[in-house]
Amino acid sequence: MSTVTVESTTHHQEHGDAHQEHHHHETFITKYVFSQDHKTIAKQFLVTGIIWAIIGGLFSVIFRLQLGNPESTYPWLEDLLGHWAKGGKLQPEFYYALVTMHGTILVFFVLTAGLSGTFANFLIPLQIGARDMASPMLNMLSYWFFFLASVIMMSSLFVQTGPASGGWTIYPPLSALGEASMGSKIGMDLWLISMAMFIVSSLLGGLNYITTILNMRTKGMSMTRMPLTVWALFFTAVLGVLSFPVLLSGAILLLFDRNLGTSFYLSDIVVAGKILPNEGGSAILFQHLFWFLGHPEVYIILLPAMGMSSEILSVNSRKPIFGYMAMVASLFAITILAFLVWAHHMFVTGLNPFLGSVFVLLTLLIAVPSAIKVFNWLTTLWRGNIRFTPAMLFAIGFVSLFISGGLTGIFLGNSALDIHLHDTYFVIAHFHIVMGVASFFGMFAGVYHWYPKMFGRYLNNTLAYIHFWVTIIGAYLIFWPMHYEGLAGMPRRYYDFSNWESFKMFGGLNEFISVVALVVFAVQILFVINFFYSIWKGRKVKDQNPWEANTLEWTTPIRPGHGNWPGDIPEVHRWPYDYSKDGKDFIPQDVPVGADESKH
Amino acid sequence: METELIQNKNKIHPHKFTLWVAIGSIVMMFAGLTSAYIVKRSQANWQTFEIPVLFWYSTAIILLSSFTMHFSLKSFKERLMDKYRKGMLITMLLGVLFIITQYLGFRDFWNAGMTLQAGVSYSFLYVIVGLHAVHVLGGVTAIIVMSLKAFGTRKKSYSVVPVELISTYWHFVDILWVYLLIFLMMIK
Repeated sequence: MSTVTVESTTHHQEHGDAHQEHHHHETFITKYVFSQDHKTIAKQFLVTGIIWAIIGGLFSVIFRLQLGNPESTYPWLEDLLGHWAKGGKLQPEFYYALVTMHGTILVFFVLTAGLSGTFANFLIPLQIGARDMASPMLNMLSYWFFFLASVIMMSSLFVQTGPASGGWTIYPPLSALGEASMGSKIGMDLWLISMAMFIVSSLLGGLNYITTILNMRTKGMSMTRMPLTVWALFFTAVLGVLSFPVLLSGAILLLFDRNLGTSFYLSDIVVAGKILPNEGGSAILFQHLFWFLGHPEVYIILLPAMGMSSEILSVNSRKPIFGYMAMVASLFAITILAFLVWAHHMFVTGLNPFLGSVFVLLTLLIAVPSAIKVFNWLTTLWRGNIRFTPAMLFAIGFVSLFISGGLTGIFLGNSALDIHLHDTYFVIAHFHIVMGVASFFGMFAGVYHWYPKMFGRYLNNTLAYIHFWVTIIGAYLIFWPMHYEGLAGMPRRYYDFSNWESFKMFGGLNEFISVVALVVFAVQILFVINFFYSIWKGRKVKDQNPWEANTLEWTTPIRPGHGNWPGDIPEVHRWPYDYSKDGKDFIPQDVPVGADESKH
Repeated sequence: METELIQNKNKIHPHKFTLWVAIGSIVMMFAGLTSAYIVKRSQANWQTFEIPVLFWYSTAIILLSSFTMHFSLKSFKERLMDKYRKGMLITMLLGVLFIITQYLGFRDFWNAGMTLQAGVSYSFLYVIVGLHAVHVLGGVTAIIVMSLKAFGTRKKSYSVVPVELISTYWHFVDILWVYLLIFLMMIK
């Protein structure tokens, strides 16, 4: 067994892609479409996610136009949306559809599939030293189920009665009764079918990620030598595999209620003066089933961002991550607690107050592992030799947003305060900052950091810096004022606030938020242009390890083929965070431990 | 090298591991449904019911099929291919018989006035038991696919892994059925 050192890995690189172990004949279809290479599947997830992000973002811009200037009309909107914007004014029904689809798209299609689908696929085999996933076939199916879900969800945008419009949480009875609203008709059925496909996709992916991490690690890669990205993606997969099936069972019951006349969620309902025959059901039951997924879902979105930020902060501070085991333990604690706090979304449903206080306690407990993580991120940065690469800026931005958004979680976790704040803009501000924008920052950090590994080229730095600064300032300008609106009682999901005397004073503020939202959206388009332009025209990567990082993905050739390493898979001798140790700037994981080396 | 081989020997096959995680996932789905059942039961308008008599027959059938599956796997490991094929065939037929008795049980239940829409408790029975039957059907399909593959290729595969996978899954749906039966009997 030859020992693999830095020298020998650069040697591999010279040989290039010619010596692929998994060398087999590949056509365009098997290489780029029905690919079983985890790296290609990752890029498929990423590109699909970007397309969805543009659509979902555009939706928010359109409904922000309505919220910012409820009196104005936009003739071009009618050209774009037809009868949904008659006379250039967004129709209320379509406003609700936009809000619903914005949530659905961003939560599931972008920040679940686009984020963990991309990076779990890309990083797990590369960072643990595996040639591919445990089952490349299931992995491919995972993407194509996601694609199918995307096609169905996309088609629901074009049906005559419009897409689902009962909110992304699809509470019954609004979602259970076709006659409840325009979006409760065929749009809702398509939503449910699409989500069923999506759940299958995410389960197939999750099974694969867990098996790969536990079974396919290279020699020497013990669990405690795994990079924190892999740990985070592991816990994400565990959360998904255990919580998505519960949403599936809730969705199946809902499909029965909608189409087969059962009454799981329906009871004593009067629609337009007519009493419905359904009795014995409970709408609250759906909320329990939904939020048993819904809350873990928040962490499914957030954990990959945490893992990637940890890695990027350490690499670009040239310092070991502070408190590695504490980081793993806090990820574990968050995973457990994620399953035990769902009812904090339901404080105002008539929940038993004693039960409520149990959920308050469990919810506030999440502050402990979260605080440990924040402390460790800050201490990793502390006196580091910081390189402000775009990825690093986004990772720091992630920490900032996680703190700002996390703090308001402590307000909302209190059942007494939540009674006032429930369903107001305070909630909107809270979860957009802590889960939406923060996870986006984690995702951007990941894209900027691993782009050279994905495409063998760099993104344009100037555009990246513009992207970062406008986005972070814009995110705070958009969501910070919403806290005040929420405290004043301004409810979410309303179509037009100008009818209420008490909210009239926010007219100017709402307009300001809308303008900033437009600017931030424009900058995201700049990022998308940068992304696609750089795939073909970006500066070429010349250095095998451009960020001078320790993890295994940088021991592969600049453009790794299927199988990742041309020769043997490197053997691992140390943890991934040996930065600034014994006078050396960094020591990659595949370098054997020296005789007189100090412990980390 | 020696230690590496031993390590690999002790390691569980990735596909088997994937199956175990998938089983955990399926368990969560049924845990979701049965806890929804418990929550509903404590509320008004709950009607109790006796499970259809035919379900006892299906219980006997699926338990028996677990035995035939076990012997089939054992024969495969001993390379008694004829016995293995017969065992698989019987298991599959028992699986189909299970689904038929379930269907007939439901038909009696339905004809006694306990239709899908008549009450939430009945709806739950149809959904929970029906979803389990879908999983049994999945197992039957897997056996058929595996058999077709065995006939279809000239290359003979003697890997025990696919057989073990199906066997594990089959025992799982069996145990799941026993759990559901006890659950539906105890909690009315």
